[in-house]
Amino acid sequence: MKFTGTENYVASDDLRIAVNAAIALQRPLLIKGEPGTGKTVLAHEVAKALGKPLTEWHIKSTTKAQQGLYEYDAVSRLRDSQLGDGRVKDISNYIKRGKLWDAFTSEEHPLLLIDEIDKADIEFPNDLLQELDRMEFFVYETQQTIKAKQRPIVMITSNNEKELPDAFLRRCFFHYIRFPDRETMAQIIAVHFPDIQRNLVREAMTVFYDIRDVPGLKKKPSTSELLDWLKLLMVEDIPPEALRSKDSAKLIPPLHGALLKNEQDVHLFERLAFMARREKT
Amino acid sequence: MFTNFFLELRQAKVPVSVKEYLALLEAMNAGLAEYSIDDFYYLSRSIMVKDERNIDKFDKVFGQVFKGMETPAGEGTAEIPEEWLRKLAEKLLTEEEKKQIEALGGWEKLMETLKKRLEEQQKRHQGGSKWIGTAGTSPFGAHGFNPEGVRIGQDKNREGRAVKVWDKREYKNLDDNIELGTRNIKIALRRLRKFTREGAEVELDLPDTIRRTAANAGYLDIKMVPERRNKIKVLVLFDIGGSMDAHIRVCEELFSAARTEFKHLEFFYFHNCLYEKLWKDNRRRHTDTTSTQQALNTFPSDYKVVFVGDGSMSPYEIVYPGGSVEHWNEEAGQVWIQRMLDTYRHAIWLNPVPERHWQYTPSIQLLKQLMSDRMYPLTLDGLDRGMRELNR
Repeated sequence: MKFTGTENYVASDDLRIAVNAAIALQRPLLIKGEPGTGKTVLAHEVAKALGKPLTEWHIKSTTKAQQGLYEYDAVSRLRDSQLGDGRVKDISNYIKRGKLWDAFTSEEHPLLLIDEIDKADIEFPNDLLQELDRMEFFVYETQQTIKAKQRPIVMITSNNEKELPDAFLRRCFFHYIRFPDRETMAQIIAVHFPDIQRNLVREAMTVFYDIRDVPGLKKKPSTSELLDWLKLLMVEDIPPEALRSKDSAKLIPPLHGALLKNEQDVHLFERLAFMARREKT
Repeated sequence: MFTNFFLELRQAKVPVSVKEYLALLEAMNAGLAEYSIDDFYYLSRSIMVKDERNIDKFDKVFGQVFKGMETPAGEGTAEIPEEWLRKLAEKLLTEEEKKQIEALGGWEKLMETLKKRLEEQQKRHQGGSKWIGTAGTSPFGAHGFNPEGVRIGQDKNREGRAVKVWDKREYKNLDDNIELGTRNIKIALRRLRKFTREGAEVELDLPDTIRRTAANAGYLDIKMVPERRNKIKVLVLFDIGGSMDAHIRVCEELFSAARTEFKHLEFFYFHNCLYEKLWKDNRRRHTDTTSTQQALNTFPSDYKVVFVGDGSMSPYEIVYPGGSVEHWNEEAGQVWIQRMLDTYRHAIWLNPVPERHWQYTPSIQLLKQLMSDRMYPLTLDGLDRGMRELNR
């Protein structure tokens, strides 16, 4: 059971080793990296490559650790009791399973993705320590212990909005997805658009890395933005020459909206382009 | 087995515990690294390092501890002795071309220049006539037109071969002692957040409602609570003008981050040292001022005070009345700072000057003493320490 990347996902050596180590030693794998470098996609691809069912748990700022285990729907029970519903007698009718419960009781060996863990409250990771360590938890209302049939492969992504507690980090393996260099990027593009013209890719990548190098951009375009942009270029059938026309009035790359998502960035870029043009004339 | 490595990591302040060390041994035992130093590097990195800020430190230690243990040259990665290259060139080059090489100083010179260029050059390059890249006229690179052309594997991904991965130290700028971005500052400032419930009761308190309803024999008894709000109040005092001009950018970033992060944020400017006057608009600094005493009276003592300034000035400006460079001050700067500190228990000084330079400036030493050591550099790490201090 080894992950070696898939036809849709280019995994670098270090990423492969981190994933395989986490799987072999049954530790959660914490993945960080710039937005748009494929953190969430990684979990999907690992699940696909290894043929495991994927359970996704998307974290929001209001998510509580308890919701991942189970929730006791007291309000429904209260309402039912006032209406005289027969189900009221059995409390387990009102226990709602969380994602962790689902993953623990899955028949097949599952992969659990805890997406964007940093969105939650600061205490959130601490509340999951025991559950992720021992892979079991206790349901107080029904007095039963839920224990994982097979320890799920756990992958956790973070955008670095909050620091995670040391005790939690100590239990995880860690990988930081670095922004891919040109060669890796070319591989990634080849995987996504196999029939794209070679010279279009080369020109587009030059423009792309030039834009990334522009100082002062609020949000640098990342892999997912490059892929979107290329898709647009292909749909619009823009010839590679259009990207190279550095001397004409068209200094701003066509369809730049896919790359620059921030109004101020577009302004900055237009200003720089204008200055560059003035220097030439 | 790797005890030395482990201890060195701890020495370099990479936070590793015995737990990680045991995990590494377990991984080695399970044969995950398969006797390759590259694999071992990646494996130990993902086990030992839990934060990208520490990767650079890790790389340095790894380079030291495992020096000389690089991968034995495999296929396509062997280093070709210079003589072979020379032989090959002699075979392939015409007499004319050989003469041209001589003209440029011969083989030794060529190889030496190549080495130097490689050191200078950081990025991939295309076109042009100096750098190593493709399709240019420089002697170095592939598909070139120079008869001296030296081809450097353009078909292969060179990652982790020519230079060892850990020696590249690509994570250098993620080290937290280096640069601040607004976003990073925001994260550091978030440490200060303290949510409390205050004000009108607008949210349904579900657990309490249920408890009260149960106590009420099943009849609904609805309980409300106020919304959670960030209750931290911050007063920021910026040093502006003069020697601070060099630090404007980083201060701007700090300011814009602080603005969005706190609901109660008050700011004032001062010049060099704190005296009896503060102002809010730097253009109208002489007409539109607030007296420091008034500020002291206006803001209650639960405000947290952050001074931002380089503290680089003549010590007279702090210690003596009339020491200010701009006006006649009746009372010395240190008196005013002391008043601030007496009123506000939580106060820190953030200094954009690098921490290692502090000891050479007497005025910084003075201020640091005055703040009873609560002076922190304006780096992510310093900000973090400062926020911890404010939160105590």
